[in-house]
Amino acid sequence: MKKTAFLGALTVASIAASAAVAQDVSTVDQIKERGKLNCGVTTGLVGFAAPDANGTWNGFDVGVCRAVAAAVLGDANAVEFVPTTGKTRFTALASGEIDMLARNTTWTFSRDVDLKFEFVGVNYYDGQGFMVSKDLGASSAKELDGATVCIQTGTTTELNLADFFRANDMSYEPVPIETNAEAQQQYLAGACDVYTTDASGLAATRATFEDPAGHVLLPEIISKEPLGPLVRHGDNNWGDVVRWTLNALVSAEELGVTSANIGELGASAGDNPEINRLLGTEGNLGEMLGLDAEWAKRAIMAGGNYGELFAKNIGEDTPIALARGLNAQWTEGGLLYSPPFR
Amino acid sequence: MSDMSYVRSEMLPERAPPASSVGFVGWMRQNLFNGIVNSILTIVSLVLIAMVAMAIVPWIFSPTWNGTSQNDCREIIGAGHHAACWGVINDRWEQLLFGFYPNGTEGDTTDQRWRPIVAFALLFVAVTPVLFSMISRRMNWVLLLAVLGLTGLYLGGAAGMILGLALLAGAAFVGFKALSTDKDARAAEIEAGAKRLPNPLIFSAIFPFIAPWLLWGGSIWLPVGAALGFVIGYFAYSILSKIVGSLAGIILAVVASIVWWLFLTGGFASLMDAILPIGLEPVESRKFGGFMLSITIGVVAIACSLPIGIVLALGRQSDLMIVKALCVGFIEFIRGVPLITLLFVASTLLNIFMPPGTNFDIILRVLIMVTLFASAYMAEVIRGGLAALPRGQYEAADALGLDYWKAQRLIIMPQALKISIPGIVSTFIGVFKDTVLVSIIGLLDPLGLSNAIRADQAWNGLVWELYGFIALLFFVFCFSMSRYSMYLERRLRTDHR
Repeated sequence: MKKTAFLGALTVASIAASAAVAQDVSTVDQIKERGKLNCGVTTGLVGFAAPDANGTWNGFDVGVCRAVAAAVLGDANAVEFVPTTGKTRFTALASGEIDMLARNTTWTFSRDVDLKFEFVGVNYYDGQGFMVSKDLGASSAKELDGATVCIQTGTTTELNLADFFRANDMSYEPVPIETNAEAQQQYLAGACDVYTTDASGLAATRATFEDPAGHVLLPEIISKEPLGPLVRHGDNNWGDVVRWTLNALVSAEELGVTSANIGELGASAGDNPEINRLLGTEGNLGEMLGLDAEWAKRAIMAGGNYGELFAKNIGEDTPIALARGLNAQWTEGGLLYSPPFR
Repeated sequence: MSDMSYVRSEMLPERAPPASSVGFVGWMRQNLFNGIVNSILTIVSLVLIAMVAMAIVPWIFSPTWNGTSQNDCREIIGAGHHAACWGVINDRWEQLLFGFYPNGTEGDTTDQRWRPIVAFALLFVAVTPVLFSMISRRMNWVLLLAVLGLTGLYLGGAAGMILGLALLAGAAFVGFKALSTDKDARAAEIEAGAKRLPNPLIFSAIFPFIAPWLLWGGSIWLPVGAALGFVIGYFAYSILSKIVGSLAGIILAVVASIVWWLFLTGGFASLMDAILPIGLEPVESRKFGGFMLSITIGVVAIACSLPIGIVLALGRQSDLMIVKALCVGFIEFIRGVPLITLLFVASTLLNIFMPPGTNFDIILRVLIMVTLFASAYMAEVIRGGLAALPRGQYEAADALGLDYWKAQRLIIMPQALKISIPGIVSTFIGVFKDTVLVSIIGLLDPLGLSNAIRADQAWNGLVWELYGFIALLFFVFCFSMSRYSMYLERRLRTDHR
């Protein structure tokens, strides 16, 4: 009996000890030792994360992962992309299987506080919108009384939809669907008049139609969906690294630093002190973060600044053709506002 | 009066049947237009089939194999027509087969996809002597040599070329000899003392150690070390059983093997690696995907669930109370829980229970869960076979004086398994198809990949082409398994029907 108790105590102690050891090593050190950043992404979302035919991941969220990997490890390709589903993403992050999650995840109170995660910022301001066929003749979501609506079950969009119709004293008939692919088929087959999901998703869906001009996105956006990368509680320094990497991408656009001119601007200290501090030619911001001086320079070189990432993956020149809208810099009427690098 | 008779005394010559009852016309009259109702039904069915075919066939045969995106396909097809966009399969079939297995496009990697192919080919060589009796011992070695030889040629380099050609020459030589002597002549040769080739089952026993090494790579000494554990166990048993008796011998042999695996294999592998580093580039489990992942999970679950299922079925019928309780508990618990739940436990809960930083391979976790799940179902199928055996068979075994294991091996199991073949194979097929459930936990099996492929704006919105391709491949595997089970039933039929 005594012996069993002793063995049990030993096991508990050793597990606790190994846990303590694991927690003492900072996330940055773990990543450096591993040589790879484990970044959780979606299993596939147009424009945000998708593997190409060679298996290389591309997209807007993927760009954030690559920037962080470039800042910490100096190699934008040193990322292990871990595909996560809506059901597995939070446990994957909480259990340490991934170091950060960049998976178009809406920043909400309960996720931030109750699930013990830290949203480090917002990389895309999304919102729920409506798409209807032009033949329906609706020009506003307020005219949708009595419509059949294709809606993904078990998401916040379902609740938002109910709230919106109730607030406007209208009725609707939901057509529950499971995936975006199914929604496209149902909507095109005429099973529903309206398809509602995040506006970025609607734009991507419409771009695949044979006749995109035959469908309109209604002007109403009925919810706030700030999507951003997140890390788990417990390692604030790692949270800072991810937060300021994202901020560096945003600031770079604001300051006019692009992947084209960064070599020139970063070679030596220039006239603009903020650019100098950002690119490490002045001051010791990198050192404060526990990285070297050129961390932000590498992050920006990985895929360009925020504007370049946006334009390349989801911007107006891509088939998805999203306008900057809320995601423009604050100087241009948007919400992107990076705290100063000082 | 005597030459009169009422009955014909000679036989009439045989005449050809009327034209309306032979040949194609006869077959049609008998099977399709046999009465008014059947004639109407036949015509209605034919019209229906024609309508479906007219809708589907032009859709399938569309000249879009080289389309680069959905819009490109639309241009090829022309406005207003509906047809398949096969460009997506052309672009992504390699990904659907191999997932993210290194294909040489990433920086410092080389194309490693020959490894799953070779593993798959060797799998066939390894299962052939187990599954089929129609192929001779020598032809099996021909197959093995040919696969290895082709691998050598593919890998290239001077050594690979020489080795590959030598192996192919060996295969050709053995094959020629095997084809030039027929079965009876060979039997006579063996009778006269000609040396036989070693039993190909040797390779089947080695294969479980080769396959993981090919798929995951790394040092060769780790699988060698794992195999040595069995060798050590065997020798420990053969030596110790003479000294301390059979049961204690078994226990000590198992302990010796476990000690070897837990504490000494790692050291052995790193030591041998330092002396003679042979190995393949390691490939992480995360890189597995597509059909390769489905087949890996399916084959492991199928291969492991049968023996575990037999043990569980016997345990459930056992008179030993604890063994019985354990087996019943396990079977009922696993069967009472959906596979998805087990997969979620594997993917998320285990992570939380284990100390942080533990790296328990996700594919290994899934393999264990799927195997346990299949075993529980297998146990019940085999129990059905056991229950179908007449009581007299058990009593006959007892009357012959056979002990429990001998009775099972020689009398009960061969009959019980034969009875359960259809059930066993259905369980196999079910397990193989269930592997697509891993897409729910974020592993990119064919179905998960189809979603990832649609996330490429070029292919967004394509559904039928991808699902059709995946369904076709699954059908090939499942239909072959089903045909094999029918072959096996015919082969093992001992009653004279």
